[in-house]
Amino acid sequence: MARPSSAARKRQEKFSLPAKRTVTLHVNGVAREVTIAPWTTLLDALRLHLDLTGTKKGCDHGQCGACTVLVDGRRINSCLALAIMKDGAQVTTIEGLARGSTLHPLQQAFIEHDAFQCGYCTPGQICSAAGLIAEGRARTADEIRELMSGNICRCGAYPNIVAAIEEAMEGKAAAKSGEAAR
Amino acid sequence: MNNFAYARASDVADAVRRIAADPSAKFIAGGTNLIDLMKENVARPSRLIDITHLPLDKVEETPDGGLRIGALVPNSDLAYHPRIEARYPLLGSAILAGASPQLRNMASTGGNLLQRTRCVYFYDTITPCNKREPGSGCSAIDGINRMHAILGTSDHCIATHPSDMCVALAALEARVLATGTGGERSIAFADFHRLPGDTPDIDSNLRADEIVTAIELPPKGFAANHTYLKIRDRLSYAFALVSIAVGLDIAGGTIREARLALGGVAHKPWRDREAEAQLAGAPATEESFRRAAETVLRDARGFGHNDFKIALARRGILRALAQASRGTPQSQADKRIA
Repeated sequence: MARPSSAARKRQEKFSLPAKRTVTLHVNGVAREVTIAPWTTLLDALRLHLDLTGTKKGCDHGQCGACTVLVDGRRINSCLALAIMKDGAQVTTIEGLARGSTLHPLQQAFIEHDAFQCGYCTPGQICSAAGLIAEGRARTADEIRELMSGNICRCGAYPNIVAAIEEAMEGKAAAKSGEAAR
Repeated sequence: MNNFAYARASDVADAVRRIAADPSAKFIAGGTNLIDLMKENVARPSRLIDITHLPLDKVEETPDGGLRIGALVPNSDLAYHPRIEARYPLLGSAILAGASPQLRNMASTGGNLLQRTRCVYFYDTITPCNKREPGSGCSAIDGINRMHAILGTSDHCIATHPSDMCVALAALEARVLATGTGGERSIAFADFHRLPGDTPDIDSNLRADEIVTAIELPPKGFAANHTYLKIRDRLSYAFALVSIAVGLDIAGGTIREARLALGGVAHKPWRDREAEAQLAGAPATEESFRRAAETVLRDARGFGHNDFKIALARRGILRALAQASRGTPQSQADKRIA
């Protein structure tokens, strides 16, 4: 094949895209390689590259919380994180919370308290609540409400969401005191 | 988002070298504001320089008894840091009044300073905006300006600085440490952000080749008598209409020293030294507070929709000074105004 002319090479250089890179994300305990452009968000890497569609795209601007996941144990908005910056990170999504067929206590509590209607915000609500419980800053219903303010529910299931989180928190506290008693 | 290149800075010198070499590059840390601006096509950097691996994530004591906060300390870690909770609760409270837990987990100390206004016209790329497109005009002055500034405005821009954290840092007289090709320098907080004047496109006095490396807090934290009172359209997760940071040093009912800074009212955290000087030596009474509020708002000017902010700020200052003098700071969880 003939080599491209210098004009064509120049054109190519002008329009060449920044190179894709391969990064490793440890998603729900499994190392996954993704080859992505610099502008691929963590949310898009999870949904489009790894087919983990449990994490939802709501506003895509960090305002609704539907995309909440845990990165290295901390809840963040995955729509505002670049996947390329998370090389080597531990990522927990809604798909990673259950243990086999046993639901995570928050998932169980959300069902028992009817803490959702359409369900679109629910994966983000549950991941955010998991982060909230790990942070250990919420003790009262007021504090749960304040520290869940980054997750919007347009069906308005808030009272039941708070009740579900309170129950999961109590369960965790009971498990802890049980451990201490042993 | 536009297509951009990505590079990771290996140390502060490398970060400075990279930003100096490419004027259209930007640093990225938490990304909570920058990625949003890029998605809206307001920011279009050629290259992002990832600074998240730089060793700027410590909170350390300074020799004079203050604290040095690394620029990469996440907002949430700072708010809940034991030394902040014990000695600078005003700062912790202001941080917790802003954004959401997810955003506070991501956002960095340095990035909080450098976040841009949330003026709707700045974000809306089809309308004129002198901050986004110098010389194109200001759409807010005759537009929907409910969220806009009442102090320090110019004919070119009436945008507000959106940070809560920075209002507390202004009241606490923090200093900003920055490193550039010319070396390191320390900037008084009052001199860090700018008023719009005729160059509203420039938010701060940080030079193009500089990186913020740390914030330094002086020893005095006003822990006993402080408050951060934020008034907004929703109870949580909304930018301030008006916010007030107060730190008082009180002995026997007399104010020895006062710090008073406002958010949501100007292009920078608004501190009024004349009002503070009036409070110093005055009794901690409503009459003193009223006089201080009048002084702060003597040149306030509304633009229509935001006229209410002048009266709101006056009442907010009175309430915040009362909260601080009583030693009953505003809770950021229980939303009833104390």
